[in-house]
Amino acid sequence: MTTITKRPAIGAPLDRRDGPQKVTGTAPYAYEHHFDKPLYLFPVQSEVARGRVTRIDASAAEALPGVVTVLTHDSTPRLADTSDHELAVLQAGDVAFRGQYVAAVVAQTLETARYAASLVRVSYDEEPHDVELRADRDDLYAPEVVNPDYPTDTQEGDFDRAFAAAAVRLDETYTTPMEHHNPMEPHTTVALWDGSDLTLYESTQGPHWIRGTLAQVLGLDQDRVRVIAPYVGGGFGSKTLHANTVLAALAAQVVEGSPVKFALTRQQMFSGVGYRTPTIQRIRLGADSGGRLIAVCHDAIMQTAKTKEFAEQAAVPTRTMYAGQSRRTTHRLAALDVPVPTWMRAPGEAPGMFALESAMDEMAISCGLDPVEFRIRNEPEIDPETGLPYSSRNLVACLLEGARRFGWADRNPQPHLRQDGRWQVGTGVASSEFPVVRFAGSVARISYLGSGRYLVAIDASDIGTGTWTALAQIAADALDADVDNIDLRIGDTSLPEASVAGGSSGITSWGSAIVEAARAFRDRHGHNPAEGDQAEASAPENPYANNYAMHAFGACFAEARVDADTGEVRVPRMTAVFAAGRIINPKTARSQFIGGMTMGLGMALHEESLVDPRFGHVLNHDFASYHIPANADTGQFDIAWIDEEDPYVNPMGSKGIGEIGIVGTAAAIANAVYHATGIRVRDLPITPAKLLR
Amino acid sequence: MKPFRYERAEDVSGAVATLAGERTGEFLAGGTNLVDLMKLEVMRPDVLVDVRRLTSAEIEDLPAGGLRIGAAVTNSELAADTRVRSRYPVLSQALLSGASGQLRNVATTGGNLLQRTRCAYFYDTTTPCNKRKPGTGCSALEGCNSGHAILGASRHCVATHPSDMAVALTALDAVIRTQGPAGEREIPITGLYRLPGQEPERDTTLEHAELITAVDLPPLEFSSNSRYRKVRERASYAFALVSVAAALQVREGVVLDARIALGGVAHRPWRARKAEDLLRGAPAVEESFRAAAEAELADAVPLRDNAYKVPLAVNVITRTLLDLPEGR
Repeated sequence: MTTITKRPAIGAPLDRRDGPQKVTGTAPYAYEHHFDKPLYLFPVQSEVARGRVTRIDASAAEALPGVVTVLTHDSTPRLADTSDHELAVLQAGDVAFRGQYVAAVVAQTLETARYAASLVRVSYDEEPHDVELRADRDDLYAPEVVNPDYPTDTQEGDFDRAFAAAAVRLDETYTTPMEHHNPMEPHTTVALWDGSDLTLYESTQGPHWIRGTLAQVLGLDQDRVRVIAPYVGGGFGSKTLHANTVLAALAAQVVEGSPVKFALTRQQMFSGVGYRTPTIQRIRLGADSGGRLIAVCHDAIMQTAKTKEFAEQAAVPTRTMYAGQSRRTTHRLAALDVPVPTWMRAPGEAPGMFALESAMDEMAISCGLDPVEFRIRNEPEIDPETGLPYSSRNLVACLLEGARRFGWADRNPQPHLRQDGRWQVGTGVASSEFPVVRFAGSVARISYLGSGRYLVAIDASDIGTGTWTALAQIAADALDADVDNIDLRIGDTSLPEASVAGGSSGITSWGSAIVEAARAFRDRHGHNPAEGDQAEASAPENPYANNYAMHAFGACFAEARVDADTGEVRVPRMTAVFAAGRIINPKTARSQFIGGMTMGLGMALHEESLVDPRFGHVLNHDFASYHIPANADTGQFDIAWIDEEDPYVNPMGSKGIGEIGIVGTAAAIANAVYHATGIRVRDLPITPAKLLR
Repeated sequence: MKPFRYERAEDVSGAVATLAGERTGEFLAGGTNLVDLMKLEVMRPDVLVDVRRLTSAEIEDLPAGGLRIGAAVTNSELAADTRVRSRYPVLSQALLSGASGQLRNVATTGGNLLQRTRCAYFYDTTTPCNKRKPGTGCSALEGCNSGHAILGASRHCVATHPSDMAVALTALDAVIRTQGPAGEREIPITGLYRLPGQEPERDTTLEHAELITAVDLPPLEFSSNSRYRKVRERASYAFALVSVAAALQVREGVVLDARIALGGVAHRPWRARKAEDLLRGAPAVEESFRAAAEAELADAVPLRDNAYKVPLAVNVITRTLLDLPEGR
């Protein structure tokens, strides 16, 4: 066999490999793995937000035919490690938030388990709770770092002095509400304990990651835990390890030998599997008379749980976005009696860039500049945060190409000018940014199957993103093989370790491992391997990590129409241009961008988890009342990308694209709404009530 | 979900007799709301009596004009009926603005009328709610109430009625035909629904085991000049923030007659009789429409989060009348 340089698979708009299985319902999701006589778990949730369980009367539940056991904090097996309070389920009677699991029923049918759970009577010693995030709280504190490990505060130059001296100043506060990610497939576990080994069929973004944590919590050797997750119906940051999985594992331990199925109801998705913290963000910008920023300050206030800290990095994107000599960013937290917030698609960037990019729009207007031109004027030469050059930064190209595609040039900047019938029409723009993240520890194994076929094995995750297809394309090019000759196995901890599908890092982390393994394979076996030949390699560290700042950028343009009588907002079209390195698969990439932008549309107009502070839990905990965009809300998506060559990010030259789509969308829509109406809404979501004159 | 018995009957009389013999129970038709409420244990009937196939699924012409809609007619069928579309467009539009295609294919006319409020506290069994559990208090009164009532509420309940169809039927003076243990009767739709008062647990004036068998649409000279406008922050699959059903009769620039009903503002579809009275004889111009709308909303008592509904309702009444062919 000789080496033939074939047409590269990377860059080809291939159909999803898993598409036929998914549309025919044959791709097995966690709940759908078949077992004889499985048991079903249904939890009992706390009806107080803070206090102690004093008594649990499970007699009525236990008396129901079909009930196998009722787990309480007295009867549940002890965990080996309870240092992570979020995971220490049913280990003590303390209640840290409303909705916490305080008991669980295991029964022979789901219906029995659910009904029995409603019969469990729990008495509490209730204590006053505190669930209100406000900027004027006197107990705000600075975390040690913000997610994942950024400095909490940064300062360069003398912001106060520069701001005071600025010719044009902006000082405004922007807020985003609590938001809940709701993948179509709820969090699901099927746990089977056979006495020495625990097997989980799990809906997760990171089988290896949750295996490691779960093994530690349960006090098991990692080798005794297997997590299987070939198909996952969405994650958005919520499908890491939460109490629900630990609870299922504990129940399986109690009913050893029987598989225990536990899928959350939609209502249960609103307590205990994370959410995006509400944010209160004060932005101050100072510019000189030429529209150049000289002072930039972003102060972000978020909430976390008293039991465990999660510090959303809302002000971090401001550190890299624009030039400006004097800069300050801060993060402060209020610790409340609430569930632990977590990553939700573009943590930090999504709320932070809503604030910054709304402020940039306001500032452009104050400076008398077009919002695109204002951003271009403040384009930094090097990363203002690190002083490093960018591996590639094509924000300006995105802005210009987006403006061209969208028809921005004809725009009259005056707000509240265009009307089409009763619709007030406006357009807006915002920038997007997301860092290039690479997690360590991914390993790929490549085996030759004969007849030109290769098996690539890595415990990567496809949470609906297209991993099944994209990794095969990367492997094909790395092996110089036809993509149809690549067999891929992912989503199982029996495969070589891989990092979590988070931080838009998957392709970078797993792809780097596959390229390295292909290199090792060819080094060892050449181009004429024998059947069974094999090589394994881990992703190396990026040698350029300390030499360049690495980010993806983008520009989002939106048209908003606001009904003059009702304040209803519709977004008939959006244009977005991204600079995200090489696009591995244009078809699945486009879907990723559409998904992110649709989620951004929901963030702009619909999403808001309502907490009644008297009770402490989310009231609108279903899809009838927690609104996300319906098909009728999504208009035309015009999506494009810059052909960006970046030799520094990874061997593929790709940057992550799972999150950047959401980042600029909410601000672009808010800016378009201002242009349509002259009303600046700084508090998401932009509801009709906020636009009625 | 609490275990329940499922019963069928041969006919309406049998179904009524079966349920009359039960302490707690419900008729089951499309089940699109009831089954959800049972899963959540907001409703915990001991027995369901299936009436899906017992009442008429036909839409018949009435001798004096008008239509009789069997209780089992689905929302989809009713919305698509050519007579409804041409003679009562407000009803067809209202139906199509509600729920989703899948739900409308299953939901029935009788069931749509009897759907329960979507107040989040009513749905959440861990919070007080007088409608769900009388005497426990109204959580929405001083809670999250952006979707709640601005007219006709009481301190016991500030919930709104969720139906779009019922708003159109209220504007059209529909008559609800029922059969119960005490026999058959006809109830004007405005007499079917209650304001919450001190008994918010009672949505309607129906007696236990009284079954809706049909809805009569009386003839109305100008019902073809009617329209439904629903305001919601999401373009589909959302309950109304405010909705308006309106029909208008204009001659030589003067309003002869008008029918206006509002959704999303009260415990029942709100017939805007004050506005109608003011409009009769008034010039058919925006100023009259707005003045009438403002008069109707003069009694509004907004809560913490829903003051926006007052100007919204005024705007939507005005605009809906203007958008009617004879309103321009």
